[in-house]
Amino acid sequence: MSDDKFDSIVVGAGPAGVSAAITMARAGLNVALLERGEYPGAKNVQGAVLYSKMLQDVMPEFWKDCPLERAIVEENIWILTDTSGIKAGYKSPEYAQSEPANCYTIIRVAFDKWFSKKAEEAGVTLVTGVTVSDLVKKDGRIVGVKTTDGDELLASVVIACDGANSILAQKAGLHHEWRPDEIALGVKEILALPREKIEDRFGLEKNQGSTIEMVGDFTKGMMGYAFLYTNQESLAFGLGCALDDFQKTNAKPYDLLEEFKRHPLIRPLIEGSKSVEYSAHIIPEGAWPSMPPLYTDGLLIAGDAAQMINPSHREGSNMAMKAGQLAGETVVEAKKTGHYDAKTLSLYRKKLDDSFVLKDMYDHKDVEVKVRHNRELMTLYPGLLNKAAHDYFLVDGAPKRDHMRRIVQRFRRERGVVNLVKDAWALRKLVGEFSIG
Amino acid sequence: MTLEDKLGLLTYKGDHQTHIKITDAKVCLNCPKKPCVTACPAGVYTWDDVQKKIIMAYENCVECGAARMMCPFYNIEWVPPRGGFGVAYKYG
Ligand SMILES: Cc1cc2nc3c(=O)[nH]c(=O)nc-3n(C[C@H](O)[C@H](O)[C@H](O)COP(=O)(O)OP(=O)(O)OC[C@H]3O[C@@H](n4cnc5c(N)ncnc54)[C@H](O)[C@@H]3O)c2cc1C
Ligand code: SF4
Repeated sequence: MSDDKFDSIVVGAGPAGVSAAITMARAGLNVALLERGEYPGAKNVQGAVLYSKMLQDVMPEFWKDCPLERAIVEENIWILTDTSGIKAGYKSPEYAQSEPANCYTIIRVAFDKWFSKKAEEAGVTLVTGVTVSDLVKKDGRIVGVKTTDGDELLASVVIACDGANSILAQKAGLHHEWRPDEIALGVKEILALPREKIEDRFGLEKNQGSTIEMVGDFTKGMMGYAFLYTNQESLAFGLGCALDDFQKTNAKPYDLLEEFKRHPLIRPLIEGSKSVEYSAHIIPEGAWPSMPPLYTDGLLIAGDAAQMINPSHREGSNMAMKAGQLAGETVVEAKKTGHYDAKTLSLYRKKLDDSFVLKDMYDHKDVEVKVRHNRELMTLYPGLLNKAAHDYFLVDGAPKRDHMRRIVQRFRRERGVVNLVKDAWALRKLVGEFSIG
Repeated sequence: MTLEDKLGLLTYKGDHQTHIKITDAKVCLNCPKKPCVTACPAGVYTWDDVQKKIIMAYENCVECGAARMMCPFYNIEWVPPRGGFGVAYKYG
């Protein structure tokens, strides 16, 4: 029996799982990495922006052979009505001057294949095409996993990196089913477009890329956002909204996306492109209040399985990689003592507390709640701000002071002074909390 | 582009057994909005007005995971397909 027992079984070959597996294998542990897809990435959807720092911590010099699309030099935020938009952005080629660049776009399937190959090279036993359906418990603690084919695999400790649909965290009793208000549903398409067209339309140089995040009327009052990212020869175009809003409005996610393609600010950018893939995935956006306990006797959870998403900053895969790495390190420490009980594994929580992961999760703990309670941020403001911009730029023979007065009056009338102050506060939360001291 | 066109872009390894079940068909009779019919990004659920029940095209499931909590009554039982089966993205 001890021959086929692993030091650790990692479930899920996404960013969290591969990072955990590599970390342990490098320290000499005997690690199995189980993935339900026919190949790593087969089931996975991401925008996809990949952040260098957290990958580098696991794979130094990753850029030498990692399948990257474009180095991001420009990031944009657009606030849209159905007919107009306010564009804010920041461009700095400096972002791409260092190696690696701050972040890159990737094709997630290509990335996952590459990353899990690196795990195999580090000595990890990668098994694809296996779905884990349950945990094996002995004397109340987790000692392995059961697959849909009826196989049992045993290990000293299991790391659940099975993503937003974590069956394992639920089987371990760490949480019940998510509520629809803790989950966003995203749909996405890959739109093929020749590289010259992409570089022309987005004002980019070779291998450099840009991102656009959008909020506005296209979600029809639902809490959500859209994105448009540049790859080498394709665009990634998608949108996501809170699942409880989809329940309430009976909007169809694919119709929203299709309609949004015809928006006057989007159409010229995607004109002539050909859709080559449609995909969908849930995003665990419940933030801090939704995070389950992160470990129990014989089990750790990392990444989307633990709701590690920072909804206001488009960060998820980086948190997953960091958490996976720290979970791996924790198991390496635990092996030295031979104890895998909750008390020993609590080191994981400490490591996460010290990292950006739980600091950021904590600082953005009530972003979703704030937006929910200030629906106007989604419904009223795109229109108000666009009208303000319209008046600001309008030259119609009226004195500028009349334009300014009209802008201020409109805000007051539509929202009231007290609410404006409240909204400004909520917006600050949304953009980022800056705690001083 | 219709939903059918979008799903037509995808590769699936079909399983003969379903990974989605409605727990209690009676619950659907009293569900006013039937969000599964609209929110599922793969259009897996349709309401059959003659049979008075939800019909499921489980083969089309893109495994987003929303099914489990999309139903206000938690009446959909969704598990990931057996190992290797189901949708296989090329880009993701
Ligand atoms: C539309 C969209 C856009 C996004 N954009 C970005 C972005 O631009 N940047 C960013 O950083 N993040 C983004 N995210 C979030 C990011 O995708 C996730 O945070 C990240 O993938 C989480 O990594 P993970 O390893 O925890 O889980 P996953 O990447 O979901 O990996 C989980 C793995 O486990 C496998 N698995 C699941 N269940 C089982 C089982 N029972 N048995 C065996 N294997 C199993 C899955 O097949 C999968 O390979 C986006 C998400 C979506 C949906
Ligand atoms: S998992 Fe997603 S695609 Fe599949 S049936 Fe449920 S909602 Fe539809």
